[in-house]
Amino acid sequence: MLVIKDLVASIEGLKILKGVSLEVKAGEVHAIMGPNGSGKSTLASILAGRDLFSVDSGSIMYNGENLLDKSPEERAKEGLFLGFQYPIEIPGVSMVNFMKTAINEMRKHRGEKPLSASEFLKKMREKKELVEIDSSLTNRSVNEGFSGGEKKKNEIFQMAMLEPKLAILDETDSGLDIDALKVVARGVNNLKSPDSATIVITHYQRLLDYIVPDFVHILYRGRIVRSGGKELAVLLEEKGYELIRQGEVNL
Amino acid sequence: MQKEQDQILGDLTSGEYKYGFYTDIEQDSIARGLSEDVIRMISAKKNEPEFMMEFRLKAYRHWLTMKMPLWAHLNIPEIDYQDKIYYSAPKQKAKLTSLDEVDPDLLETFNKLGIPLEEQKHLSGVAVDAVMDSVSVKTTFKETLAERGIIFCSFSEAVREYPDLIKKYMGSVVPYTDNYFAALNSAVFSDGSFCYIPKGVRCPMELSTYFRINAANTGQFERTLIVAEDNSYVSYMEGCTAPMRDENQLHAAIVEIVAMESAEVKYATVQNWYPGNKEGKGGVYNFVTKRGICKGDNSKISWTQVETGSAITWKYPSCILRGKNTTGEFYSVAVTNNHQQADTGTKMIHIGENSKSIIVSKGISAGVSNNSYRGLVKVLPGAQNARNFSQCDSLLLGDKCGAHTFPYIESGNQSAIIEHEATTSKIGEDQIFYCNQRGIATEDAIGLIINGYAKEVLNKLPMEFAVEAQKLLQISLEGSVG
Ligand SMILES: Nc1ncnc2c1ncn2[C@@H]1O[C@H](COP(=O)(O)OP(=O)(O)O)[C@@H](O)[C@H]1O
Ligand SMILES: [Mg+2]
Repeated sequence: MLVIKDLVASIEGLKILKGVSLEVKAGEVHAIMGPNGSGKSTLASILAGRDLFSVDSGSIMYNGENLLDKSPEERAKEGLFLGFQYPIEIPGVSMVNFMKTAINEMRKHRGEKPLSASEFLKKMREKKELVEIDSSLTNRSVNEGFSGGEKKKNEIFQMAMLEPKLAILDETDSGLDIDALKVVARGVNNLKSPDSATIVITHYQRLLDYIVPDFVHILYRGRIVRSGGKELAVLLEEKGYELIRQGEVNL
Repeated sequence: MQKEQDQILGDLTSGEYKYGFYTDIEQDSIARGLSEDVIRMISAKKNEPEFMMEFRLKAYRHWLTMKMPLWAHLNIPEIDYQDKIYYSAPKQKAKLTSLDEVDPDLLETFNKLGIPLEEQKHLSGVAVDAVMDSVSVKTTFKETLAERGIIFCSFSEAVREYPDLIKKYMGSVVPYTDNYFAALNSAVFSDGSFCYIPKGVRCPMELSTYFRINAANTGQFERTLIVAEDNSYVSYMEGCTAPMRDENQLHAAIVEIVAMESAEVKYATVQNWYPGNKEGKGGVYNFVTKRGICKGDNSKISWTQVETGSAITWKYPSCILRGKNTTGEFYSVAVTNNHQQADTGTKMIHIGENSKSIIVSKGISAGVSNNSYRGLVKVLPGAQNARNFSQCDSLLLGDKCGAHTFPYIESGNQSAIIEHEATTSKIGEDQIFYCNQRGIATEDAIGLIINGYAKEVLNKLPMEFAVEAQKLLQISLEGSVG
């Protein structure tokens, strides 16, 4: 589904990613871990098409096509979803209107008719229950005045509404209590299917108790320095990032 | 990064103007220039009674003593008033079977503008007076309205048919001495609409006037007069467009509203005159005086405007709150893009006790445009317990445009409560990207954000026009990436 090869990327001449390779197949859950400033969000942003970063070399293929040729909205319409580490507030635009526009854009792309008002509201209701998001939130403007936790839940809510093929969740667990964490996990697990995949970017192994990854990668200073199964996350939690520094790294 | 953004902005700030076509129809025009003879000729062409010609001449003589106002935050090139044509009417093909019939070319023009003049085809519940250049082409649903005693007709017809009402009210809210453009309009005004709602009548449909400039080098000077008697109600809507031309077109209009006891008048405008091209060539100079008086107690006048067109807009729809417990409202969205300039706002003059006013102004600037809000809230000594709330927001797209607010407050009564809030914001690149990531293209994202921002004002528009206005906002800003 996603094949990243030797990705080198920079911002304002500063190299952030220094040769990242990663393959994600349909049905898989990958976790990317690593200390702050490693380039995790940079990788996620590049996948989503943020033009702040420049790709210097390497390639990204998505479903057999060059992802880098596509605009951010095309990528979204082809099923790529990014749960933002810092979700953006859009004053004046109601969540309802925002989601309706987004869903119908995606349906249009697939050659489907727009959802009727009642179909849409039904879907809203279902997904709201799933992620236990308060109605008062979806009646407000996008993320406006939401608490940190509410914003994160709202990302999961949007993911549930849009039903992506490849979801990339950038530290959606940060700052959440255990109940909220379970909600995030439920959202991800609910989406799981043989033809979709998830990349969870996280700092902590605790999320991985609820979302069991097939693969764990450690991104450090712009490189994936180690990959393994879920036991790598446990090891990392025990030994901390010392593990990397001590050179017990299989490069 | 910044450079790239500038590039995108520069390249794309180019909304297409959909209404720029020109109808090739024979015109009955007079020669360029302005003089007493020209005014007499206009009056004669319109078969006006003596009093009307006298009014025009007085206004003209007064205008000659005045100077163009320069206080607005506008850069207005010199206007050669002798180079304009002051009367031009589309010649209707002869041999129309009934008086009410309209030349097919004109019908087609208005059809293209989305304003069908055949009653059966029209939006249900909207009566239209269609004005092209200097004359009214057709007024729909006149008979239906007449059954309730409502008069809705062209201004010229009103001058002939209802001279007493015209004599009584014309110039009673905006005297010809009011300002330079009001004097000019009073001297040469061509046509417009007249609307009279008798006591106790709720007008059963939206009334609307659609103004179209067609002929070249022709100034459009229309005037509208609305009189709402005790306990009556009317909702009125005005729209306008013009062909794309390289030379600037002049438009100077007057709207007067009189609301008697417990009457309510809602006046909505969607102003979409040709704004000029990307380089700032051409476009309409729009100098408009709109004012209403809440004469009777408990009366209410509400102005709603969506201003997207014109190269220059100079316009301050105002309310004189003379009666007790009267209410004046002003809801405005003004968009400027490319080289457009707008200086617009309102005046709320509190004279009566317990008079209230609300001002909600939403400016949106893009390109290298300039957008100013100018508002006056004046409370006279007798206006015990007057209240005003003003909200003036500015939204910027890109960093080459300007937004300014000039709020003036003059309070002559200690008990008055006047509140003013103002904000300035920008559409962020991160907001656009967030929308993109949800599958919403940049243009649509801007539309979504703009419409959200302007929601409070758009909600005040009659339903039929709200959707149109939303689309218009988006088109006006096409390409203005934040
Ligand atoms: N917009 C930006 N401008 C300049 N530097 C940036 C920007 N975004 C990220 N960086 C730098 O890139 C590096 C990686 O950041 P990021 O991808 O956010 O790391 P992580 O998500 O792993 O914490 C950091 O050194 C950070 O300072
Ligand atoms: Mg990060």
